[in-house]
Amino acid sequence: MAKKKLGLKERYAALTRGLDWETTYEPMDEVFPYDRYEGIKIVDWDAWADPFRLTMDAYWKYQSEKERKLYAILDAFQQNNGQLNISDARYLSAVKIWLQGITPLEYVAHRGFAHAGRAFRGAGARVACQMQSIDELRHAQTQLHAFSHYNKYFNGMHNFAHMRDRAWYLSIPKSFFEDAYSAGPFEFVTSISFAFEYVLTNLLFMPFVSGAAYNGDMATTTFGFSAQSDESRHMTLGLEVVKFMLEQHEDNVPIVQAWLDKWFWRGYRLLGLVGTMMDYMLPKKVMCWKEAWEIYWEENGIALFHDLGRYGIRLPKHHEVAGKEKHRLTHEMWTTLYQFGNALGLHTWIPNDEELDWFSEKYGELFDTMYKPRLLYLRELEEKGERYFNNRLPMVCQVCQIPVFFTEPDDPQTQCVRIVEHSGTKHHCCSDGCKDIFEREPEKYVQALIPPQQVYRGEAGGATNIFEYAAWLHLERDVDTGEYRGSPDHQHWLEWQRRHKAASPDEAA
Amino acid sequence: MSIDLKTASIEPIRRTFDHIAARLGPGKSPTRYQEGVWGLQPALNFHYRPTWDPARLLYDPERSAIRMADYDDLVDPRQYYYGTWTIQRGKQQDSQEKNFEFVDKRGLVDSLDEAWQRRLARLVVPLRHVAWAANNNNCYIAAYGYGAPLTSACSMHMMDHLAVAQYVSRLGLLLAGNETTCLDAAKAEWMEDPMWQPLRALVERTMVTRDWCELFVVQNLLVDGTVHPLVFDRFDKLLVAHGGAAFSMLSEFMVDWFAESSRWVDAVIERVAAESPGNAELCTAWVSQWLPRVQEALLPLAGYAFAGEASAMLDGIVDDVRARAAKCGLAA
Amino acid sequence: MADKVFLALQNNPDAQPIIDAVLEDNPGAVLNETPGMVKIDCPGRLVVRRASVEAKLGRDFDLQEIHVNLVSLGGNLDEDDDELVLSWGS
Repeated sequence: MAKKKLGLKERYAALTRGLDWETTYEPMDEVFPYDRYEGIKIVDWDAWADPFRLTMDAYWKYQSEKERKLYAILDAFQQNNGQLNISDARYLSAVKIWLQGITPLEYVAHRGFAHAGRAFRGAGARVACQMQSIDELRHAQTQLHAFSHYNKYFNGMHNFAHMRDRAWYLSIPKSFFEDAYSAGPFEFVTSISFAFEYVLTNLLFMPFVSGAAYNGDMATTTFGFSAQSDESRHMTLGLEVVKFMLEQHEDNVPIVQAWLDKWFWRGYRLLGLVGTMMDYMLPKKVMCWKEAWEIYWEENGIALFHDLGRYGIRLPKHHEVAGKEKHRLTHEMWTTLYQFGNALGLHTWIPNDEELDWFSEKYGELFDTMYKPRLLYLRELEEKGERYFNNRLPMVCQVCQIPVFFTEPDDPQTQCVRIVEHSGTKHHCCSDGCKDIFEREPEKYVQALIPPQQVYRGEAGGATNIFEYAAWLHLERDVDTGEYRGSPDHQHWLEWQRRHKAASPDEAA
Repeated sequence: MSIDLKTASIEPIRRTFDHIAARLGPGKSPTRYQEGVWGLQPALNFHYRPTWDPARLLYDPERSAIRMADYDDLVDPRQYYYGTWTIQRGKQQDSQEKNFEFVDKRGLVDSLDEAWQRRLARLVVPLRHVAWAANNNNCYIAAYGYGAPLTSACSMHMMDHLAVAQYVSRLGLLLAGNETTCLDAAKAEWMEDPMWQPLRALVERTMVTRDWCELFVVQNLLVDGTVHPLVFDRFDKLLVAHGGAAFSMLSEFMVDWFAESSRWVDAVIERVAAESPGNAELCTAWVSQWLPRVQEALLPLAGYAFAGEASAMLDGIVDDVRARAAKCGLAA
Repeated sequence: MADKVFLALQNNPDAQPIIDAVLEDNPGAVLNETPGMVKIDCPGRLVVRRASVEAKLGRDFDLQEIHVNLVSLGGNLDEDDDELVLSWGS
């Protein structure tokens, strides 16, 4: 028999799309109970265009190659005390945020994509989500394996699993992902694959991981770039889901637009933490938050929205506010982290002169007039032995859970607070963006657990002050928490560097 | 030597994360498997009720009737985390690919006479749909089950089943010279041929089974535990005897994977049952309720392949499953 | 000017032939290097051609191999056996 050669598209269709069937012994709505209630209308699942057409054989082939390379580097990193090659131990605050705040999200994403991978009635969409589900598991596990070595030598990482479900500042990432996972499958994929991964995570995995490389963190660089190659598949899934919904029915357009508005803002708020990692926690700087925002949102992100314009999609609401905030976001965030340092599982500090000059160069006049004087004042206090701590827990936003510290979009001198009332109770929001999100789904956001309020209700082990609260989080005072200078991490670092140099005279020379 | 000095002088301050150390006890170092699965699922303080199941929490043990004091006990004896799993599967796919190439190049499928090719197409190719259902059912457990050791292994099992479905589909392509005619015919048979209807009805029933542990037992122990031996062992032997050795090469992955993954399936069920008499009773009841239905659904297939010997052969396969269940501590 | 699409790859010897092929096949492409990574921006459309990569590599190349060194991309993606295309507005 003359053999036909199957092209990539035909082969994928034969091996994947033909697997499902219309059930007749059980009603389809029982087999797939979750893909209709969000109101998204799908006329023809067959119109789904598969992004990256990977069958399992190809998937295993390339993923196993990636994992072999990754673990070879992690093994070498551990055997050769790779932790000593980072630029400075201050850098590890970024690793701590990653482990405490981001790694647990990878597991939630694994669950959420399993949910979507079971929920959609189109086989193509289901398989793409399942592949993402197992990729997310990969990310959680490779990160744990990379960070495991740092945990052996530095503090603040040992109790991440305990803190993940309790700590006030980890409610920021936790509530974000639980918001997505508790939504329906269409909103979930829109929020994570599209709004978060396509539009925003380039900011985490590209400039930040490049920064990790520049700061000598082989472990993070390796899993970071390796994970990002999976993200490319996830991003194309996200874009496909959005285009698919928009093409299937005009009634889907306003629903999708509302989701894009919501998840752009929610994702942007979460990324404030990443921006702060980039600007403040990388001792050697690659790119500042403002520059990254300009490249990855103002250039690449907006191009994406222009492309969606043909479906009647406009730029997400409040994106211009993010543009106004790009000059100050990370400075406002860092001083907040700095002052609540007694309840954080990472260290904070005042940047050195060289770093202040870099900020002046990157951020210009606003930094010099608004933030530099504040940082210099805090440094002065520290030098007098009066390192400033705010020993109360902050009031946080009902939606994004970030302390209500941002300033008005057009006035960096005035704090921005929005109050919404629902069923006779007042709730505080940090911005118009978060207020809009609350008002669209008030019944959802009144459910949010607000950690500072839990403390006041005695639900944090009965803690009555910030030190008892930190102890309830299993944070050891001034070891896991507080100022970097003089901390055990700092002291160990200096001592290890001394011995390391003494032991390797050729490197020192 | 400078390297020794360097290592000796830099002592770690702890061995692992607190929650792992608490499980291992003092002085022990964890494996990558343990660090990669234990304690990974969020445990409390969930912010919002799931809109898709508002009566329950986002992560809720009540999605099954079984109860574990600690769901992290449901470990995988293969110790698969993503890296070890995908590297192992990468090797297997490499060897499976070579088998496909070998069979294809030498035209080995054509060496099987047409009647046997027809039997192969009719009995094996529609199994792609059974494997697809198995993929969906394991996806369900990964989505709604409880604890990272379970969801992690189930999502690997989910992808493994997709691979089985795709390898079976490639057999179908091979049988039809890379046309999809064989796959299309197999789907029509799956949908309409009376021989397949009892199994399709059963499979569809599993797809609306909501208790994840019940689904685990039914899909991974009962359905796979009978379908795989019937097709990839007994029918394989029959084919080999009739010049179909090529089929053994094309199903090598399924045979190895079934033996390997059964160890995990049994270990999970055994651990669930060992937890309490209540759990053991539930699992036993699931086996007692479903196994006769599985046997009945497979009878037409066995009859097609083995004619008069079918009934006894299927009894033997079902007895093996019962023996596995008994070894897991069930009174089935 | 058309919005830019982009392709980012790890900056390592394995990715170099792909980078070289992309730069040659896309006259408008601009290379941006940062530690560990290169980002190639191109107005409107960017193509990765299998044949061009094979010519650089001196061996067969399956376009899906790009996954091993891919970091990120921007643009609508279309992939067949011979080309991987990123574009806006098509």
